[in-house]
Amino acid sequence: MIRAIVSALLVAAAAPVAAQTFAITGGTVALGDGSQPIQNGVVVVRDGRIVAAGDVRMKLPAGTQVIDATGKWVTPGIVAGFSRLGLAEVDLTASQEEGGGRSDTSGAADDTTSNGPFNAAIDVVPAINPMDTTIAVNRADGVTRALVAPSAGKNIFAGQGAVIDTAADMQPVTAARKFQFVELGETGAGNAGGSRASAHIMFRNALREAAELRRYAPSIAAARGQAPDAREQMVVRNPNESRVYSADARRSDDVLLTRFDAAALVPVLQGRQYLLVHVERASDILQVLELKREFPALKIVIVGGSEGWMVADRIAQAGIPVIASAVNDLPASFEQIAATQSNVGRMKSAGVNVSIGMIDDNDTRNLFMERQYAANLVALQRVPGAAGVSWGDALAMITSRPAQAIGMGGEIGSLAPGRRADVVIWSGDPLEGTSAAEQVYIDGVRQPLETHQTRLFERYRYLPRRELPEAYRH
Amino acid sequence: MSNKSWAAALAAAACALSGCAALEAKPPPAPAIRFNEDPYPSTYVRYPGVPTLIRGATILDGEGHQLDRGDILIADGVIKAVEPNLMVPEETTVIDGTGKYVTPGIIDVHSHLGDYPSPGVSSLSDGNEATSPVRPEVWAEHSVWPQDPGFSRALVNGGVTTMQILPGSANLFGGRSVVLKNVPARTTQGMKFPGAPYGLKMACGENPKRVYGSKGNMPQTRMGNIALTRDAWIKATAYKRKWDKYYAKGGDMPERDLAMDTLKGVLDGKILVQNHCYRADEMAIMIDMAKEFGYRVTAFHHAVEAYKIADLLAANDICAVMWADWYGFKMESYDAIKENIPLVHNAGACAIVHSDDPNYIQRLNQEAAKALADGIRAGIPNLSEAVAWEWLSRNPAKALGILDKTGTLAIGKMADVVMWNGDPFSDYTRPQMVWIDGALMYDMNDPKKRPVSDFELGQPGEGDTK
Repeated sequence: MIRAIVSALLVAAAAPVAAQTFAITGGTVALGDGSQPIQNGVVVVRDGRIVAAGDVRMKLPAGTQVIDATGKWVTPGIVAGFSRLGLAEVDLTASQEEGGGRSDTSGAADDTTSNGPFNAAIDVVPAINPMDTTIAVNRADGVTRALVAPSAGKNIFAGQGAVIDTAADMQPVTAARKFQFVELGETGAGNAGGSRASAHIMFRNALREAAELRRYAPSIAAARGQAPDAREQMVVRNPNESRVYSADARRSDDVLLTRFDAAALVPVLQGRQYLLVHVERASDILQVLELKREFPALKIVIVGGSEGWMVADRIAQAGIPVIASAVNDLPASFEQIAATQSNVGRMKSAGVNVSIGMIDDNDTRNLFMERQYAANLVALQRVPGAAGVSWGDALAMITSRPAQAIGMGGEIGSLAPGRRADVVIWSGDPLEGTSAAEQVYIDGVRQPLETHQTRLFERYRYLPRRELPEAYRH
Repeated sequence: MSNKSWAAALAAAACALSGCAALEAKPPPAPAIRFNEDPYPSTYVRYPGVPTLIRGATILDGEGHQLDRGDILIADGVIKAVEPNLMVPEETTVIDGTGKYVTPGIIDVHSHLGDYPSPGVSSLSDGNEATSPVRPEVWAEHSVWPQDPGFSRALVNGGVTTMQILPGSANLFGGRSVVLKNVPARTTQGMKFPGAPYGLKMACGENPKRVYGSKGNMPQTRMGNIALTRDAWIKATAYKRKWDKYYAKGGDMPERDLAMDTLKGVLDGKILVQNHCYRADEMAIMIDMAKEFGYRVTAFHHAVEAYKIADLLAANDICAVMWADWYGFKMESYDAIKENIPLVHNAGACAIVHSDDPNYIQRLNQEAAKALADGIRAGIPNLSEAVAWEWLSRNPAKALGILDKTGTLAIGKMADVVMWNGDPFSDYTRPQMVWIDGALMYDMNDPKKRPVSDFELGQPGEGDTK
């Protein structure tokens, strides 16, 4: 209870100043919860939170600012279900395909740790740059939150991911260390030394080392009572704080992980931190379901899952959510031989909690593609033999469902009362790539939509020579 | 000079001095023999189709026109008529086009299907002969794996009927491209677009200098890129001179050089330059280089900064091949803007939407839709869906030198046609039927009218539309 209050206070402290009360009226409102859009709906926001939304009749307090959205669409902001947003201003100097080669990131990318000593202990937060142009570009296209994961460099564990917002301020983190990200498919096999068998034993060993460390470490409750030094207080304050510093945290000689890495897995083992597992192949998915039986406390979310449709019933039965690639339909690797655009629709029909992410798909920057992909899934409803999803589900898969998958459905991703007021007013149907975000609110704060790109457009809109060079147009 | 030519020169000098009527007349040189310039010819033969009339559809003809409630008749592999209220000829299949759109098939001028196929394993990775920055001797068609499952996705999800397969951009000269019909075949020759000219893939910028510079070789800089490229053109000019002389006067056949054959083909105007080039300043340099050596650049590919020099592109009649909204994935794409395509079009230059990607090739119509919408929102005049379709078929056909054969719905052209189940500028729309040379290659409602590559046969998910 105390912890809950403390974290609530922390959340409040982190939120931007947003004392506005306003109502958006007259637009077509989609709540993001899977329901169909509501004509002439209302969204009421107070102090950065949703008060009411949809087909509601309520008396607005005097002085409420009213924003007319007649002819527009109003939805929650897009939640990028899986991304590397804010980690790379510029990606590789070129793709492997184009150049055959070298990962020269020139200091502009922080998404992968290929040569550092740590893995699970990595916390992605220090790498996030809220001023990245990628954040501005996606904000301008209605993406307001993102799950941000580090990439696995040379271990199966990539480290701890965060949930961020895309607001134009210096406080991007909504939830730090929200999940651990692990590779247990082809990439995991490669990073574990060349086989899935090795990846799985590494995984189990890592949990064993975490369990051992946990036994020696002072319990969180005890530490809270004593609060012996500042470092241990950090353990107390944040339920996902993974660094166990105590001098009593003895370990056996039989260890592979660094102390930090083992400690980082303690909250995973205890089910206090989500575990996002990237697998694509049907048999790999079944192995992950087995992990859940072996370690029931794990809060697993499958990422990728291209062949999920083949074992959809089993996934549904296990109650494990999937953040899937939406329209991934190529046998791009031998773990995706059965990839089809019907994957999401079939999993949905089988009762799996599916949402959409950008796994290995321009995940540092093109998150705005998610709404186009969501529409493509709707389109599949009209293809005989294919499995699509309804419009309401499609929107939910890029708003509320990824939030729910990591236990944040009560905070973000929908226009339900009490949620953070991440609201977008669109020029038209938000799932059409032709529609644009006209107004974007994050935590109730209206956001600028100007970007490096919009400025370049203004500069070069007209080319004829003028009195001064283009560089003077600003 | 060879010994023989020295001897001839000496004899000629002697004659000049003495008047030498007594000397024996030189035998006439052997007439020139032309080597086969098409040694791997297309064996593509169109599949049989039935005369088909689509009635009452919205027709975008690829030349900037929209016909509401129009009819289109295809027969004998070609477009026979496009107008309202056509009479139905005998033995013609009539399709109700109400609520549907009919367009020319999409042409992707920049694809690596077949040379970087799925699955993306190194055994099949055949797009970059990254062993020397100057490799005009390689031909993409010798890398293309016709069983790449990506071809079928481009057809059934993308409505793509023709593609240019290019070598990658690791090299300054990447090699020859090949233009393919999106009709599955056992051999690459069986897919080759009959009569399409070859392209030459060239590259500016980051890739060549990175690939070779990182190995300590030239080029390591952009100036190195340009120097090596010019050097190759100087050699090609000399090579061409030698062969031109041989073809004019006969004599001993010069020694053939595969690399120079390709560059000579460009200088002869037979091979079209397809130049990977992102930045405006670099495109301007490549335009000057083309003038320096007397060739034309047909298209700049990945022309992310084309909007900065759209006037220059228009003045030089060069197409810009672009994405709708890719940006920042590398330094030379940092200044991408969403209005690039409509701005280039607005300047009177030839704008093209391309994929360079086995996924995006399945959604080029949606990419064009975004570019169109961004252009209209920015207030760029005279844009419409009918105009934007030029970016998807007419202009690509122009850039591939096949506009006389396909790319629009003009009478007599190849019946490369897509009927969409709605407005193709919507993300909710998919191809319903696709014809190539009048043969029905895809029908959304008929699982048998759907290609399945050898690779996928007997694999899970074989029957899916994908």
